[in-house]
Formats: sequence, structure tokens, C-alpha cells
Amino acid sequence: MNTTKRLLEGYRVLDLTDEKGLLASRFLADMGAEVIKVEKPGGDDARRIGPFYKDQVDLEKSLFWFALCMNKKSITLDITKKEGQGILRQLSRKVDFLFESSPSGYMASLELGYEELSQINRQLVYVSITPFGQSGPYRDFKGPDIVVWALSGFLHLCGDPEKPPVRFSFPLAYFLACGEASIGALLAHHYRVLTGEGQWVDTSAQNACVWPTMDSRALWDIFHKDQERAGGRRYREMPSGVMQMRFVYPCRDGYVQLYIWGGKMGEASNKALQAWMEEEKFDISGFKQTGWPFGDLGKITPDGYAKVVDIASTFIAQRAKEELYEEALKRGIMLAPVSTIEDVCHNRQLRERGFWVDVRHDELSDTLRYPGPWAKLTETPLERWERAPRIGEHNNDIYRGELNMSPNELGYLMRLGVI
Amino acid sequence: MTKQDDARMMFSGLKVADLCWVGVGPIVGRILADFGATVIRIESSTRPDPLRTMPPFKDNIPGLNRSAFYTGPNCNKRSLALNLSHPKAREVAKKLIAWADVMGESFGPGVMEKWGMGYSEAKKINPEIIYYSTCMQGQTGPHKNFRGFGLHMAGLSGLYQLLGWPDREPVGPYGAFSDFIAWLWMRAVVLAALDYKRRTGKGQYIDLSQLEATMHFLGPLLLEYNVNRRSASRMGNADQYSCPHGVFPCLGKENWIAIAVENDDEWMSFCKALGNPVWTQDPKFATFPSRKVNESELNKLIGEWTRQYDAFYLMNHFQSHRVGAGVVLKPSQAHEDPQLAHRPARVTLVHGEIGPHSYSTTGTNFSKMSPRFWRAAPLLGEDTHWVLNEVLKLSEKEIANLKAAEALK
Repeated sequence: MNTTKRLLEGYRVLDLTDEKGLLASRFLADMGAEVIKVEKPGGDDARRIGPFYKDQVDLEKSLFWFALCMNKKSITLDITKKEGQGILRQLSRKVDFLFESSPSGYMASLELGYEELSQINRQLVYVSITPFGQSGPYRDFKGPDIVVWALSGFLHLCGDPEKPPVRFSFPLAYFLACGEASIGALLAHHYRVLTGEGQWVDTSAQNACVWPTMDSRALWDIFHKDQERAGGRRYREMPSGVMQMRFVYPCRDGYVQLYIWGGKMGEASNKALQAWMEEEKFDISGFKQTGWPFGDLGKITPDGYAKVVDIASTFIAQRAKEELYEEALKRGIMLAPVSTIEDVCHNRQLRERGFWVDVRHDELSDTLRYPGPWAKLTETPLERWERAPRIGEHNNDIYRGELNMSPNELGYLMRLGVI
Repeated sequence: MTKQDDARMMFSGLKVADLCWVGVGPIVGRILADFGATVIRIESSTRPDPLRTMPPFKDNIPGLNRSAFYTGPNCNKRSLALNLSHPKAREVAKKLIAWADVMGESFGPGVMEKWGMGYSEAKKINPEIIYYSTCMQGQTGPHKNFRGFGLHMAGLSGLYQLLGWPDREPVGPYGAFSDFIAWLWMRAVVLAALDYKRRTGKGQYIDLSQLEATMHFLGPLLLEYNVNRRSASRMGNADQYSCPHGVFPCLGKENWIAIAVENDDEWMSFCKALGNPVWTQDPKFATFPSRKVNESELNKLIGEWTRQYDAFYLMNHFQSHRVGAGVVLKPSQAHEDPQLAHRPARVTLVHGEIGPHSYSTTGTNFSKMSPRFWRAAPLLGEDTHWVLNEVLKLSEKEIANLKAAEALK
């Protein structure tokens, strides 16, 4: 029997989020908290999101749900009904955290907002995830993924200059918000430990997505210059002019990324690449003409740099991504493949680190391979990896076991459509 | 100080030895420092944080104290200059390990061990320490020694090829995108480890691979390959369930608006917002599946309409019709955005060489506490004397000796 304690063992979480917020409580669930997902009777809307197991469109077969709700429990409850609201208030007494991602003001309209629930449980950490926050001029704006990216300033930076700005082809804006929400929850928890008081954590997806705009903010801030999108390239403001740095290079069977960069790391990598080219009898006289010592980017002109990039790209185009990566690893070149999802599922490092976990789904008579431990801890390893719950799988445990409902009462609530 | 003031600075008294560099590691110290911890960045001009060497530089003049790229994750911290290749400097670092509750490093695997400061050594000095390491691909495994940055991990994880147009080379996200995912898990696990230590008295070692942490944001796509053997790829601005969905031109040059119509009811509202032009009534646009089939024609018609209007006018116009729309903000516009200002998403601090400039806050506001912004990012070694004298209680003579031995640079 495994007796290892878990990081967040003993803490309980109610998860009332929709597809935008589901990842937030996963952070806590992976670390051992008991997370109870509250679904509407009949099943959460996030179960309607694909992809689906073997393309079978079915509320119990959403891979989106599987991935985001693993390690959680499920109960069904209609919180739009009076009876359901009463039950949620009872449950909120028994938990440490509550996550929700409804539009600002909606939970309060059900009398389930922070003000109401903190009256019942003053230690409750109540975490809200919205597009823009609980107050401010955009509070009531709709904020689908692409709109959040646009208003964070990030979208402007992505794409080829001759095409419109372009977003990730998978919604990630709210996942960043989920991470900030889980961090906010834990910060509020530390405050609770000290004071005995819970509080309201107000997460804005727009605000969470500002961080990835990085040095473009700094460039405006201290230079009053707008960074423009440059595809797999980047324009760097250097004393000698604007340097066009290239990140993506086509190779024989796909793409790789190479940094030809400054500093000590850049210098070592650039020299290792040069050495490999020399061994392969590749013509590098163009490198030498630039007179660049390979370290300080201040010591090469933008034109000289473009020349270096040009020579490297010819060398790369003749080789396959696996070969390039193997040599890069061996020689310490800052080059890595642009993996497809298929590539990454076969990545050797991940396999040898034991990153993948096989999770049994009895109902499917199948075992599915999931991404597993995202950190290795000596005292409290992340080793609970359980499949996502079926609709209302834990209704009996929670309603009968915890709230001491009689079978008759539970049956009545089910007839009413509350559970 | 009242109890409430104490609680506002809930990490006051918490001691952090921050040997991290670049992005993912230093952000942990930043969040602890924001709430009152004493965080000492241990760094060296002989091996500077790469961000200190990257633009933008104040007045476009390079210098280790002039990069506004470095400053973001490092405000509210102290800086101790310590040349760790020097044995005397390592003795000082070990004293800080004994002092600290939490320490972090983000060098390549094996570097701390080489210096006699790996977890097994640190644990001898300080058995209860929480020690976190983060590097590209983890401390173990055949690719552990890969040298690179977050953008490489964005590539290796599959994120990079998910951004761009299906018929062109991948564009990839701006910047070291895996950093912005990995550092979420990194902060969460350290905050949880602190609570675990409070409850049990036990510290521990945390090895976070930035590649692994990043991949959890692609969970559904990884399952899709593992189960259905399909490998998701970029599709421009199209969306699985929304149509129209994309970025459309507005009046002027390089002004764009993002629009997402998530269901047929919103489509009706959208048409109304356009003033119901005849083409919107065409049956081929009536339902989601038919709009999806005719998406490129639809996008073209919408673009012809949107390009007549100002982007900000359109955002308010669509939002008043309950259609999700947002201006694609340039950095200058995001800087002035009224909603981000309302949070606030940034604060201004005065840096020793850069002068007053902006620092980002995180995505969360709290009803009962606020982060404390007491100081811009430090100059390299700005607090060397303070740390040696006030924290480690070294005498002036000892400090002078270290300096003479060139350990403090």
C-alpha cells in the first residue's frame, strides 16, 4: 500500500467552472487536493467538446473532458434551481476552495456569489475566472479566446507580416488564466493560514495573457516603439540597426528552430555549429568574412548577421530534423525540431523520464496514455493519475455519505431534476 | 504593525535564495517577494543572466543594468554579486543556503552539483529546505543537457506548429512561450510545497522540466493522437466550433479586429450589428455547418464590411450586440487600455539606471490583500554589501577579503 502523503492532501475544492476554467482545479487535483466537479444534471457542457474517443460523439467519451478533469470527482447539481442552490450552500461549508468561471454577476444573481458564500464559510477561498475581471469598463464584454488574445496585446505580435495576426489553433488564453487562478488560490490559502479568513480571487484572462507579450511591452515602455509581427523571425533593436533574427528554418522533413544568438550561450552554440559545418566540409568562408567573434551581437552588423543566417539555412535544408537534433544535443547547438503532435508523443526524453501514464478506463475496456507528472518531487511525488469521472459518479458518496441525505431525499431531488 | 498589515505581507520573514536566471525560475521569487519575502538574487557579471544582455536597453546602449527585458521577473528582490566559479564565493552561497527557507536554480543539470550545491549537499546544510530546479527538459534523461530557450521548448512540445496558416511554414507564438506555461506550474508547486512544509516540517526537492509542464496545456491534443492517431496542426484563425471566427481589417493601416461568433443566435446578432445586408440572409450562411463550408467567402465579405470602420468603434458596436469582438491591440494601445489600467496590469517603479518604467502584475486581484511593489529590479550586485553584512553578519574585513579575492563580481 502506498502511504506517501500528497502535497495538498486534505484540502477540498468545488469546481463550478465551464470549459474555460476546468484546468485551474487540475493544478490542485494533481497535487492531491480532493476536487469535486459540479456538473449540471445530464452532464457538463464541456463533455460536448471534442475530440472524442475513437470519434464516437458521446458525453462519456470527450477527450477534452478526459484531459481536463482527470483526478477529479463528479456530482450533478442544478444550481439554477432553489433546491440546488441550497445544496451548494451546504457543500460550500465543507470545502476550502471554490472555482467558477461564469460571467461577472451571474453567481451573485443565484445568491451563490462570494458575498453570500463567505457568510456561510468565512474561510472559503472563492476563485473567479472571467475574460476581463469583476469590474472595469470591459466587465460585461464577451471574451472568447481570440478576443482575449487580441485585447492582451499578444495577438498583434503573432503572424507573418503580410498576413493578418494569427492565434494558436487551440484555445490557450483561458488556460493561462487557469494557471494564474490556481496560483491566486494558493496565495489566498497562505493568507488564510495566517488570518483565518478566506477571500475572493478575481482572475482576468486578459491580464493573464499580458505576460507573454514580454519585451514588446518593455520596447514600448522605454522606447515608444511598437513591435511588429515577423513570423518565425524577430526584429531586434540593436545599436547598429534593426537585426532580423530568424528562428525557424525548413529542413528536409519539416522545420527546426535555431538560435543564432549572442552572450556566452550563443557563442558556444554558434561555435559548435561552425565546427560541425567544417567537419562536414561545408563552405563557411562567408561566416569568417563577417569577422564576428560569435558572442556579442553588438559586434556584428545586421547585414553580416543576415549572411550568417543564410549560410546556416542552406546547411540545415539538406538535413532531417532527427539528425539535426541528435547533433545539436551532442554538440550543444541551440537547435531543436518543431515537433508535430505525433513527434512529441514519441519523444525519447519524455518516454525515458516516465512522463506518460497509462490510465485504465474500465467502461471503455481500454487503457489510455496521458501526460503525467509535470514535476518530480522527492517527498510528495505526483503519482495519482485517475481517469476523469463519469457523470455524477460520486453523487452517492457526496450526497449520502457527506450530506447524510436519505435514499428517498436523493431520489426526490433526482425527480425534480436537481441532481 | 497591525495584524492586518502583517497579514498583507504574508511572506514577510520568508527567506529565498534565488540562483535562477532567465524567466521560469526567477518568477517564483518574484511572486514570493511581491508578498513580502526577502528574496536574494545570486548572480554574477562573469556569467550574467542572459536577459541582462538582451535588448531593449535604456537609450539603446547595452549594459548589464540597462535591459528592460531582465527587470520584469526581478522587482522587489535584492541582488548579490557572487562569482560562483570561485571557491570563496561558494562558501558564501552555502551560508545563504543555510539561511534560506526556499532556494531555486535554473542552470543546466549538474551545474549546482559541480559547485557542491546540489540538493544532496544543500540538504546536509539545511535539511528542511525547499529546493527547486527548473531547466528545459528536466534533471534526468538522455536530452537533459539540451541548451536553449523557451522558444525551443515551444517547438519541441508541439505548440509552435499550432500557430500559423495551414499552407505556410509555422509562424509560432511570439517569444519563449513555454516559459509562460511552465512558470505557472512552477509557482503553484512551490506555493504548495511551502504549505506542505508548514504542515509537516518537511522540505523537498522539485525538478520541473519546462517541456513536461508545457505539454499539459495540450492534453486533449495529446490524447487525440494517442487514441485516434490524429496529429493536430495549425488552421489559421479558424475554430472548431465558431464561425465566423477570425481577424478582420479595419479603417487605416494595420488595424484589426478579432471576432468570434459562437453559435447561431450570435450569428443573428452579428447580422443585425452589420445592419442585415442582403448577403447575410443567404441560406448558405444560415447555420454553423453551412457557414463553415463557405467560410472563406464569408470572411471576405465580412472583411469588406469591417474595413470601412474604426476598430474601437467596431468593438463597442459588436459588444453592444453581445458579439465577442476585440481590437487587436498594439503594445502602445495595450499600454493605454482602460481595462488593463483598471486592474492595474502594470505599476511604475524607478530603476537605478533605466529610470521610471513599467512592471507587469499577474492576472489575479485579491479582495483582502495586494502585492507590495517597493523596489524596481536591482542593479547587478546592488545589495552585495547589505547581504553580506546584514544577512550573513560578515565583518567589513571579511567582506574586503572576499572582494580582494575577486569572489564578489
